[in-house]
Amino acid sequence: MNATLLVTVLLALSSLAYYLGRRRAFSVAQGAIRNLHSLPSYYGLYTAIWCGIPALLLVAFWLAFEGTVITQLVVAGLPEGLRELGADRLNLVVNDIKNLVSGNITSRQADAAMLEAAEHYRNLQTVSHAAMGVAGLALAILGGALTLTRIRAQQRARNGVESIVKIFLILCSSIAILTTIGIVLSVLFESLRFFQAVPLREFLLGLDWSPQTAIRSDQVGSSGAFGAVPLFAGTLLISCIAMVVAVPIGLMSAIYLSEYAGPHLRASAKPLLEILAGIPTVVYGFFAALMVAPFIRDSGSLLGLDVASESALAAGLVMGIMIIPFVSSLSDDVINAVPQALRDGAYGLGATQAETIRKVIFPAALPGIVGGILLAVSRAIGETMIVVMAAGLAANLTANPLEAVTTVTVQIVTLLTGDQEFDSPKTLAAFALGLVLFVVTLILNVIALTVVRRYREQYE
Amino acid sequence: MSKQTAPAPARPRPMDIVQAGMKRRYAEERRFRFYGKLAIGAGLLFLTLLFTSIVANGYSAFVQSFIQLEVYLDAEKLDPQGTRDPAQLGTADYGGLVKQSLRSAFPEVSDRRDKRALYGLVSSGADFQLRSMVLEDPDIIGTRQTLWVPADDDVDMFLKGHIDRSIPEADRRIKDNQISWLDQLAAEGRIEKRFNTTFFTAGDSRDPELAGIRGAVMGSLLTLMVTLVLSFPIGVAAAVYLEEFAPRNRWTDLIEVNINNLAAVPSIVFGLLGLAVFINFFGIPRSAPLVGGLVLTLMTLPTIIIASRAALKSVPPSIREAALGVGASPMQTIMYHVLPLAMPGMLTGTIIGMAQALGESAPLLMIGMVAFIVDVPSSVFDPATVLPVQIFLWADSPERAFVERTSAAIMVLLAFLVVMNALAVVLRKRFERRW
Repeated sequence: MNATLLVTVLLALSSLAYYLGRRRAFSVAQGAIRNLHSLPSYYGLYTAIWCGIPALLLVAFWLAFEGTVITQLVVAGLPEGLRELGADRLNLVVNDIKNLVSGNITSRQADAAMLEAAEHYRNLQTVSHAAMGVAGLALAILGGALTLTRIRAQQRARNGVESIVKIFLILCSSIAILTTIGIVLSVLFESLRFFQAVPLREFLLGLDWSPQTAIRSDQVGSSGAFGAVPLFAGTLLISCIAMVVAVPIGLMSAIYLSEYAGPHLRASAKPLLEILAGIPTVVYGFFAALMVAPFIRDSGSLLGLDVASESALAAGLVMGIMIIPFVSSLSDDVINAVPQALRDGAYGLGATQAETIRKVIFPAALPGIVGGILLAVSRAIGETMIVVMAAGLAANLTANPLEAVTTVTVQIVTLLTGDQEFDSPKTLAAFALGLVLFVVTLILNVIALTVVRRYREQYE
Repeated sequence: MSKQTAPAPARPRPMDIVQAGMKRRYAEERRFRFYGKLAIGAGLLFLTLLFTSIVANGYSAFVQSFIQLEVYLDAEKLDPQGTRDPAQLGTADYGGLVKQSLRSAFPEVSDRRDKRALYGLVSSGADFQLRSMVLEDPDIIGTRQTLWVPADDDVDMFLKGHIDRSIPEADRRIKDNQISWLDQLAAEGRIEKRFNTTFFTAGDSRDPELAGIRGAVMGSLLTLMVTLVLSFPIGVAAAVYLEEFAPRNRWTDLIEVNINNLAAVPSIVFGLLGLAVFINFFGIPRSAPLVGGLVLTLMTLPTIIIASRAALKSVPPSIREAALGVGASPMQTIMYHVLPLAMPGMLTGTIIGMAQALGESAPLLMIGMVAFIVDVPSSVFDPATVLPVQIFLWADSPERAFVERTSAAIMVLLAFLVVMNALAVVLRKRFERRW
């Protein structure tokens, strides 16, 4: 039975169960609803839940594991000769069998054994689908009927429904944790495999990055070097340039908007600056690669400087523009949180507004501002599209902003886009870089959040 | 009297010290203010630069040059047997007809190289246009038809003024003889600029004049649909639990820390997660909007949860107390009273989250939505790309004509974002209640 059809039928059954449950509640109450413990619709819902959910869960599990089980069975049924192939070649054969089943193009001429296996596969699939349909429907009918017959006037149907809803709520809120675990595990496992091939020391301290692994062993440059220091340096360089642009502009505009600007300017300039935060990063990347980088190169050559067309300066500058609203809105929040009494005290002593800001408000807001800047740095380090489009690919260990450097995120993208085999050190290196990225941004975020929180407690 | 000489240099009065420094301090004050204005000015300047450069580059992509051709639909070539069989008509040599028509328009061209340059004036899409014309109405075979075909991308660039006549011929994509033909065609009124419908109705193509954003827009739509269907209920449910039911214990603390951290994890890391878990572990096909939607769901969940919690928080406790007071259960209170009141705020947060997801491209590069895909996807399992990734792909293409199409695609993307954000603002203005 088709899975979509089955799910539709199950949902229809469940609606029917709702209707029946509700009607049954009425008949149990003998027309006097006040005899019931819960509202009639709760009895309906309760029946519907017991009819639909176990069956749907069963179908979901079935679909998730069906493929693996059938493949195992088919492999076990293959002739001796095929089964004794290595794992890789066996995989190829299995893929071909699956392609035969779904009518796709296979990688080679199908022989008799494979045709037979495909037939076997198809049979198993039919059987499995039929079994799934029968089991799902049986479970739905059984669950619905059982619940229906057990409806009593004093049954706590509402509590039953509510506790199921609550379980659903708890599951949903746990997804955040599952995501974190998923990130950590997926990145960690692949990284561990990478560190079996390349020692951690070499990765973290090596100065040479050229992740070309050879297809044939006698190829030139076949060794592949995975020293990530140039990437870290490049990331740092671009992030520094970005912060040099973003921090003064963001901070000063936040100060001006919160301390000097009248309500009109504030109401119009603040949202305008925040537009910068809503622009997709790919747009910034395009802007950096097609407008800013050529502009910097041309003005550099006017001054007699040799500027790379993918200079770190262009990428950093545009990334800085992107981060301005981030810095300014976070600083705005903390500056506004500084109590008015501090300002009034400073004015009372005869300080000018600028002095008040610099000597009183700024120090008071400093922890929050630092926290905001740390968050912005973690943003800059993890930013991908701008650097992919505007920064270089070659790993250059330099501090000169006019040269092309590459970053961690650029390397992750270049290593993982396109078709590679999944277990070469080249692709695994991307996961190791991802691990570094995740850990570094996590540490920055945790520090920033603690700093911000501690500061907030001071004045509240 | 003489003893009282000039008064001993008295200690200067504090007022004088203050006065002496006033000028400097006021100058400093003015400077400080000026820096503030400068910073805001710089921010706004960058914003204007960004927008003007994109609009200036992109507006011309909404028109496309067309060349009028007179094609003799030779029955000998198209349908020698006279069967009008669609299968045969479909495979006939329409390119030859287009070439013949160009040759007859410029009979003086004889050299092989010149001929090739002449054929290069019109897009390769002309063949398909002719073909579909014939297939639609086979009766026009044997007649002489006038039709407008798209010009080649280089010709289009030249006609739009992006290729300068004055630069030396060797550095120019359009050669002198092509220019003279184009001038002649223009003098005969056989060149026209029309609204570029192809840009909105076609999928991706290697030829800029045939490339469109429909495939990418559909991909974005499907991906966002998956994201919305998953992230809205899950996000709202999580927010309701954390805000209304969760006991204060370590588990809920852990969840909160996790949500705050996930909001700040670089998007590319979510791409790695999608690659390792959804594609390699669960075996969902690469490049499918389904995977993209799943990854973007995980990314937007923190945004939606945080916004939804804020919306729930803003519902005053009196509402809850009143509902509980007349005998509603906590769950009924939330479902029937608190949630409807918090819904506008939740929807606003969701729309903002969706706008973020629409602009996101880095994680989608990881899961293979970066492939060159011509077909318009029709289900969440078809290989697809999304609008930002399409922009990324076009930005990498060397053809000059793709620069303006990239900018135009960016304008479309920004238009979508503006509409979504405006919707969020309207929703907030319209339904927000101050208690």
